[in-house]
Amino acid sequence: MNKKQKKMLLRIVIAAVLMVILHFAAKAFGDRVHEPVWFFLYLIPYLTVGYDILLKAVKGIKNRQVFDENFLMAVATIGAIAIALINRNGDYTEAIAVMLFYQVGELFQSYAVGKSRKNISALMDIRPDYANVEENGELRQIDPDEVEIGTVIVVKPGEKIPIDGTVVDGVSTLDTSALTGESVPREVRPGDEVISGCINQNGLLKLRTTKEFGESTVSKILDMVENATSKKSRSEAFISRFARIYTPAVCLCALALAILPPLFFLANGRAPGWGDWVYRALTFLVISCPCALVISIPLSFFAGIGGASREGVLVKGSNYLEALSKAKTVAFDKTGTMTMGVFEVNGIHHSSMDNEKLLELAAHAEIFSTHPIARSIQKAWLEGAVFQHNGEPAEKPADLAGRTLDRARVGEVREIGGNGIIAEVDGRQVAAGNTRLMDSLGVPYINCSHAGTIVHVAVDGAYAGHLLISDVIKPTAKEAIRALHEAGVTKTVMLTGDTREVGEAVAKEIGIDEVQAELLPGDKVAAVEALLAKKPEHSVLAFVGDGINDAPVLTRADVGVAMGALGSDAAIEAADVVLMDDDPKKIALAIRIAKKCMRIVYENIWFAIGVKLICLVLGAAGVANMWLAIFADVGVMVLAVLNAIRALFTKNLRA
Amino acid sequence: MKKSYKIDVDCANCANKMEEAAKKTAGVKDAVVNFMTLKMSVEFEDGADPKTVMQDVLKNCKKVEDDCEIYL
Repeated sequence: MNKKQKKMLLRIVIAAVLMVILHFAAKAFGDRVHEPVWFFLYLIPYLTVGYDILLKAVKGIKNRQVFDENFLMAVATIGAIAIALINRNGDYTEAIAVMLFYQVGELFQSYAVGKSRKNISALMDIRPDYANVEENGELRQIDPDEVEIGTVIVVKPGEKIPIDGTVVDGVSTLDTSALTGESVPREVRPGDEVISGCINQNGLLKLRTTKEFGESTVSKILDMVENATSKKSRSEAFISRFARIYTPAVCLCALALAILPPLFFLANGRAPGWGDWVYRALTFLVISCPCALVISIPLSFFAGIGGASREGVLVKGSNYLEALSKAKTVAFDKTGTMTMGVFEVNGIHHSSMDNEKLLELAAHAEIFSTHPIARSIQKAWLEGAVFQHNGEPAEKPADLAGRTLDRARVGEVREIGGNGIIAEVDGRQVAAGNTRLMDSLGVPYINCSHAGTIVHVAVDGAYAGHLLISDVIKPTAKEAIRALHEAGVTKTVMLTGDTREVGEAVAKEIGIDEVQAELLPGDKVAAVEALLAKKPEHSVLAFVGDGINDAPVLTRADVGVAMGALGSDAAIEAADVVLMDDDPKKIALAIRIAKKCMRIVYENIWFAIGVKLICLVLGAAGVANMWLAIFADVGVMVLAVLNAIRALFTKNLRA
Repeated sequence: MKKSYKIDVDCANCANKMEEAAKKTAGVKDAVVNFMTLKMSVEFEDGADPKTVMQDVLKNCKKVEDDCEIYL
């Protein structure tokens, strides 16, 4: 509790004690001490607990901001005291109690909000305080803002990496969980890029910074999170509009309730019963306070966004959280989203020689090439890729350690532009390339039934088999699609620039409903626009991409989700939701978090408005007294706030 | 131009009122008050001087909600 809250608590306690003492004193000495002594005595606890409300109400009237909750409370309690005074029943307790409970509610609300504010900022406590810079052999801690690009900084075990950079010295493991929600540590060695916000776990690292602090990942993320809730959702906008018309409306109703029925009775020649109707109107006022709604809805969103960021899902505004909860169509980019975006030799088929031997020859033929396909062949040979041979799983080769690519074994190399390579390896002519290369050599080849890039190999003019090279599907991709359907997504679409065959093979493997292949980057925007036109009404289309060249598509979709966005500024800028790591399962998690948050928001709206309406009817009918009115106000608010905090908990949403 | 200020205010409705007041201030194009992070981000109109405009914003906010503060 802060100072203000402690002071409030003290005032509440003093007023409560005084009120109880006075209550019993009035019972004991009620007949010996007469009015207006009791009135003045009761005024002490009333003013102790409520003087600021009265002052605010007066100031509100002065500034022409009449209808706020301070005004409601002031009118209700003063009215109740006036009725007690007029009726001479000495029942001032009710007015004091109303003020007392109202203040208790306010105190609780301020405490709960402060607490969750602290909790959520603790979750995102990734701001580094200093950077270690070596000067004359000594380490000095300086403000990360002052570190220039290219400076070598030292990160000790247990410290946060303050600025993005490249490792120049040292080997360590990094804890990226604060950024990604991923608990498996990442290993780094010299030459690796590291991002700020990770915690260095064991070794001493020296980094050369590649960015300024303000441009570093950690600053960008903090900036985003801090500005997240300023984009208001429709529900929030609705509540603030609602509150603006609701309070004056209720005040008018209360006024009508106080005046019209007595006048009606008077006109019919019956007793007007002013006291009774004014009391009902005052009860009405107490019930009507809109606090429960006004506080719990933004708090729910705040907690939802906070909970999501703990899972490595950054949502840029509550409007996007709301949109995400309605996602029915999800479109994906293929490369980098559902697949790793790295090529691997996935099979060797129809080989006329030993698989290993074929790979060895092909790898040497491609020895001077830096093309990704060539690289993948070299890597497969060096690291001993394991393939099924005639349906039998092969064992990992035993002689891995001694494997090198030996340039001395390679003679003349001819690159046949766009078609492949013909090289002399160990004195044999090895041709590796596409079907056109085989045609030009007059070598009959066997087509592959699998999707991917096929490299045919001919040795000494005879067909030796082909290598199947394809992108690797992420291990969690299939599960991710299933989880999406479970989360209420009705249609999944993959948009890819790759060939139809490859696209369809990947889609079939992981269970995606629709594929649009062979799209140029510009076509993707058109494809998303077509999907937007077709989507079910009131639903939302989300596009998930790796953000590298998807920026226009990310902005065009209802919700743009960038994944694996660590370090990619363009994606952080363009996307509405950022998944910090590249696990596609996080998409479904994000939708589930959004759904839970929206469920809580609606629960609170219906619960608060419902209870208030019931109590308003009861109050108008004269069934509800002020005590029930206090529950309708403070009780509902407390329950709604507690419910809102639930949005912070996301553990059980993980698949 | 956009600037962000730290604020202090006790209740969510008061924050809404501050937002309204700030929006109506001359020289302010748009203003958003975030009660949860206790921040006010103000977008100024072209050519407006943030310092003088913010003084007016503070004055207008004080008018609608006495118990508020903007740390300029």
